[in-house]
Amino acid sequence: MDAARVGVITFPGSLDDRDAARAVRLAGAEPVALWHADDDLKDVDAVVLPGGFSYGDYLRAGAIARFAPLMGALVDAAHGGLPVLGICNGFQVLCESHLLPGALLPNAGLHFVCRDQRLRIDDADTAWTRDYSTGQEIVVPIKNRDGRYVADPRTLAELEGEGRVVARYLDLNPNGSLNDIAGVRNEAGNVVGLMPHPEHAVESLTGPSTDGLGFFTSIVKRLVEA
Amino acid sequence: MARVVVDVMLKPEILDPQGQAIARKLPQLGFSGVTAVRQGKRFEVEVDGPADDAALEQVRKIAETLLANPVIETFEVRPL
Repeated sequence: MDAARVGVITFPGSLDDRDAARAVRLAGAEPVALWHADDDLKDVDAVVLPGGFSYGDYLRAGAIARFAPLMGALVDAAHGGLPVLGICNGFQVLCESHLLPGALLPNAGLHFVCRDQRLRIDDADTAWTRDYSTGQEIVVPIKNRDGRYVADPRTLAELEGEGRVVARYLDLNPNGSLNDIAGVRNEAGNVVGLMPHPEHAVESLTGPSTDGLGFFTSIVKRLVEA
Repeated sequence: MARVVVDVMLKPEILDPQGQAIARKLPQLGFSGVTAVRQGKRFEVEVDGPADDAALEQVRKIAETLLANPVIETFEVRPL
């Protein structure tokens, strides 16, 4: 059987697209490079929006990337059930696109934060987290300037009530995110946004752990089963 | 040619650490009596006709589409 094909979008200013593609390959899928200015998703089975500073984060992080030509096709496909993972800047783009609720604002401490971060997976039932167990603790890097997750009280209550907080910060909250939220999902569970970087924790040589690989093996298994 | 101003502010319930940092600095500079500072953004949009209702309506559309994120921000539009 052919390997699952997972697209990785490159925007002007994306930084982690190659690491994301590498993580996809290590998980056993074929990474497919997608370009922001195309309007073709190349029939991929899933999409990763990588970290970085798309369009220089001008105006607001993700605000301009949201209107990239490829995003129109992506939003439609996501509504149709295509699995989508947004990491860091990708999470910001997904919030600006309204594929995920809430928004990401400058860190409460106003500093860029770069550290190895302990997280708890609070929802192991999404397309991207099935290889974890609910409550599992993992360590992956976090590196951001605009990582403070906010949502209005009603949205926050909905996310908590429906179990849609995918991951939460442990030990300390690096950016002032409400309820220590590190990642959320949409209602259907196919779209996940995560501020920390699992793609930087897939090999022991370069990462603090290999704990991040589970996001990518989760999607590969899901695609094989489908 | 006319200019239309769009003021964008974080919603009042959202923490504004930049505004807080500014407010904390003020007493050291000898300014007293300031209880809070909120930081926002101002855009000046130049349109090629007069700043009539149609132009203001279009700028309002621009503001809600791109300049402001209604999830976290409010905006006001007025001719300059």
